[in-house]
Amino acid sequence: MNELSASSRITYRAVMVRPGVARRIRGLSDRTLAWLFITPTIVLLLAINIFPLLWTIYLSFTNYRANRANVPTIWLGADWYQSILTDPDIWAAMQVTAHFVIWTVVIETVLGFGLAYLIDKKFRGHGMWTTIILLPMMLSPAVVGNFWTFLYQPQIGLFNYVVAFFTGRAASSFQMLGDVTLSPWAIVIVDAWMWTPYVMLICLAGLRSIPDYIYEAAEVDRASKWRQFWSITLPMALPFIMLAVLFRGIENFKMFDMVNLLTGGGPGSTTEVASITLKRAAFESWRTGYSSAFAIILFVTVFGLANIYVKALNKVKSR
Amino acid sequence: MKRTMKTLVVACGAVAAAFGVGAGTTPAQAQGKTITLCWAAWDPANALVELSKDFTAKSGIGMKFEFVPWTNYADRFLNELNSHGSLCDLIIGDSQWIGGAAENGQYVKLNDFFKKEGISMDDYMPATVVGYSEWPKNTPNYWALPAMGDAVGWTYRKDWFARPDVQKDFKAKYGREIGVPKTLDELKDIAQFFQGREIDGKKVYGASIYTERGSEGITMGVSNYLYDYGFKYDDPKKPYAMDGFVNSASAVKGLEAYKQLYKCCTPPGASNSYMSEGLDAFKSGQVALQMNFFAFFPGLYKDPNVGGDKIGFFVNPAGPAAQATQLGGQGISVVSYSKNQAEALQYIKWFSGGDVQKKWWALGGYSCAKSVLNDPSFPNSAPFAKEFLQSMGMVVDFWAEPSYAQLLQAEQKRVHDYVVADKGTAQEALDGLVKDWKAIFKEEGKKF
Repeated sequence: MNELSASSRITYRAVMVRPGVARRIRGLSDRTLAWLFITPTIVLLLAINIFPLLWTIYLSFTNYRANRANVPTIWLGADWYQSILTDPDIWAAMQVTAHFVIWTVVIETVLGFGLAYLIDKKFRGHGMWTTIILLPMMLSPAVVGNFWTFLYQPQIGLFNYVVAFFTGRAASSFQMLGDVTLSPWAIVIVDAWMWTPYVMLICLAGLRSIPDYIYEAAEVDRASKWRQFWSITLPMALPFIMLAVLFRGIENFKMFDMVNLLTGGGPGSTTEVASITLKRAAFESWRTGYSSAFAIILFVTVFGLANIYVKALNKVKSR
Repeated sequence: MKRTMKTLVVACGAVAAAFGVGAGTTPAQAQGKTITLCWAAWDPANALVELSKDFTAKSGIGMKFEFVPWTNYADRFLNELNSHGSLCDLIIGDSQWIGGAAENGQYVKLNDFFKKEGISMDDYMPATVVGYSEWPKNTPNYWALPAMGDAVGWTYRKDWFARPDVQKDFKAKYGREIGVPKTLDELKDIAQFFQGREIDGKKVYGASIYTERGSEGITMGVSNYLYDYGFKYDDPKKPYAMDGFVNSASAVKGLEAYKQLYKCCTPPGASNSYMSEGLDAFKSGQVALQMNFFAFFPGLYKDPNVGGDKIGFFVNPAGPAAQATQLGGQGISVVSYSKNQAEALQYIKWFSGGDVQKKWWALGGYSCAKSVLNDPSFPNSAPFAKEFLQSMGMVVDFWAEPSYAQLLQAEQKRVHDYVVADKGTAQEALDGLVKDWKAIFKEEGKKF
């Protein structure tokens, strides 16, 4: 009764203040009203996402350079695509990226799930340990890149001293960032250190979503812990693990800041991931058309892989 | 309502006061305009801030400064110029930018202004005019006033060289006295001699050289060897014809020699070193020799740990074919998108003055004016002045073409791949460089 009278009061005031508008709004269908609400978002999305994407696609077929806007733009067709896809340097950068993505995702998933499994046991002080483990992912990649550069310093770096302590090698006898064999692993280690907690967090959510009664039923059936892990824990947490893999895979495919700060793509081009190559082409060489084509290729690759993966994820979820 | 407005005004006033709006404005600035000067964040920039106070006092024009660390300097300011930004009224841009900035209309052409104000390029060291002001090179088209002369030079630990044990051991090993190296071979001997040696109970290393991958480091370093071994950018008689000049047998030897120096005589972890890493290595007493730009030498000389009597300076030693060094330094230009071009030009006029140039040198900047450099007292005015003068007479610069960034990236990759990452041979690296450079020039429509 009270609610009814309150709503009548509001309508009455609205009619009193702006009768024309109120009448018009009252006359709108649900569909029109819905469009009215989502139009600003759609316009914004078109302006900041779709238009730049279409513009990039257009530029990728031209010789346009952002630093020489006064030079006439020439239509080149698929020339850039052809030259990128047949360029051995680009394939080398893609291999570096693949190495980085695969190893970081594997290590982060295994460690992240392991940590989540331990934390889920709710031992004494598990809250404090969770907070401590989460600290690295709260740091900025720029900060992480800078301080790991110091940690990897052969003469004063803590990392080399720790390795030297356990292996007996001289601390300055190897350089993580300057050695062609070690540097691809150096960037993998830093990324794993930073982002394993993130994977752990997602896996923890998965583990905590498993109802206790399933384990209780398994206990009644005298299933061993090992059997419970393989038959209940892992299958039920799998969609979450797959989600974490998807997020980390996409993120690391685009990795730039941390690697750029750690190695600048060196030594030579050993750690030059695709995004560093792209940045150099776009903002150092100012080959805007070329870099647009490269960006589109990368976008299609990530989009395609992610789509295949999401389909697999949906299959797992529907089981 | 009136009361509400009054409260609002008072509140706005309080907020403005709290955020310091209007604070720090001198009477001169209040009367006139303020212009922004963009440069790299390093020692000479601090000297310029000090020097520019005289300009503000004289003209009433306030000065704001936008200094960016060297590693981001090119990215930041080329972005600014390419996006037609008006942040900078004046820019002290790198010598290699001049071609692109001139052809893309980013710098104001200064010929008419120089003529009107009686500023003559004959009053500046020829190498600095060609390097910092002219585009096309060796033509009287000026886009900047030579502002900061610079070149690559070397520092050494004079106190280590003077130690009797060092002198004795060096003579026993090489059959000659230890001293300032005259050739690149002698330099390598010295670096090798100090590598891993204990000085006062501390392990030290031979030399800090440029190996940085990300921006321009290794190119600025290796050039000092390549030039000395006979490398040329192109055929002097046929522009852009690079075969046999960039990848000549002697240039290959120069690249090999630089790699040998990197492998034998640099501290561990020096695979990505540039200016600041070199300074760190030298200041912390890690290395006997350091390759770096002259711009840093005043600061090093004042350093309490390694400066004064402990430091010595020398020019890039000679190689088998020549004695040359990499040009550094910059000219000062007016940005064509600036809304304060008149004030910016006023600054350039003031900066070109004889007394200002003298003070610039005294404060730690490197003047390019003949009135300063040809003064008989100049060689003795600082411990590195004579070496600076000698270096400015033998400088060579990298390409200053509009496509310089692409050309630079190609060299960074090819040289770093060979020197640091042990990929391929020196011949392959330079052949690859010729191939890359040809492709870039072809894309630019150059004929060769």
